[in-house]
Amino acid sequence: MASALINVPSTARRGDIIEIKTLMSHIMETGFRHTVTGEVIPRNIITNFICRYNGDEVFRADLFPAFSANPFISFFTIATESGKFEFQWIGDNGFQETASASITVT
Amino acid sequence: MTKQSMAEPDRTTRRQFLATAGGAALGAVSLVHVGPARATPDTMKAAIRDIVNGAAVRPGKVKLDVPPLVENGNTVPLTVTVTSPMSDADHVVSIHIFNEKNPQPNVGNFYISPRAGRAQISTRIRLADTQTLTAIAKLSDGSFWSATADVVVTLAACTEEAT
Repeated sequence: MASALINVPSTARRGDIIEIKTLMSHIMETGFRHTVTGEVIPRNIITNFICRYNGDEVFRADLFPAFSANPFISFFTIATESGKFEFQWIGDNGFQETASASITVT
Repeated sequence: MTKQSMAEPDRTTRRQFLATAGGAALGAVSLVHVGPARATPDTMKAAIRDIVNGAAVRPGKVKLDVPPLVENGNTVPLTVTVTSPMSDADHVVSIHIFNEKNPQPNVGNFYISPRAGRAQISTRIRLADTQTLTAIAKLSDGSFWSATADVVVTLAACTEEAT
């Protein structure tokens, strides 16, 4: 059920600085909350996010419980060549999701 | 004894609560008068020390955009921009965000390269209380630059009871 929203321009000119927006649906349970009966709700967050552009890592983030649920991250990169952006989210309890987006660079 | 008080034997009395609250208020007032330097909780300092590893952190170059007043601490939009040519010789290596009053001092670490073109990241974070946020950027020459922003939070995040 986990799903990603990715916003990458489909075309760009070589050398353009493009913005990439990503959103992954995830509860991001902090591990600091309690139920009404006083038990701690165990932490369940995404801890790492990586973006690769044609196999090269262009952006990486470490996430902490202070990230909002459904973590949104936006960043920039230079459009160098046509190809594929691959996104990877890694988290607690073996959470692992990937997504990709293509770009045509002219 | 009522049934309710037996279920919660250590429930504070109204008198205890008032005494504690009064003490806390006095404590808060005296903190404010310590001096112009902000009473930064030690955990945030320690977390920053872990990142900068003893190097000096200078104010400047970094811009931390966050609303000064947020209604809902569960999702606070935040943008960090670092002034940098982002060339191979002079670029931002990483951006780190810290807070004072959440249960944990770290918010996020972001690693970029000259391929970013622009040293700017945006995200949405949780804030448990009214507090000061700090953003620190590490440059390719090994220097650290920082910016701070004050945020007033009316509805706190992170620690409320789940319903």
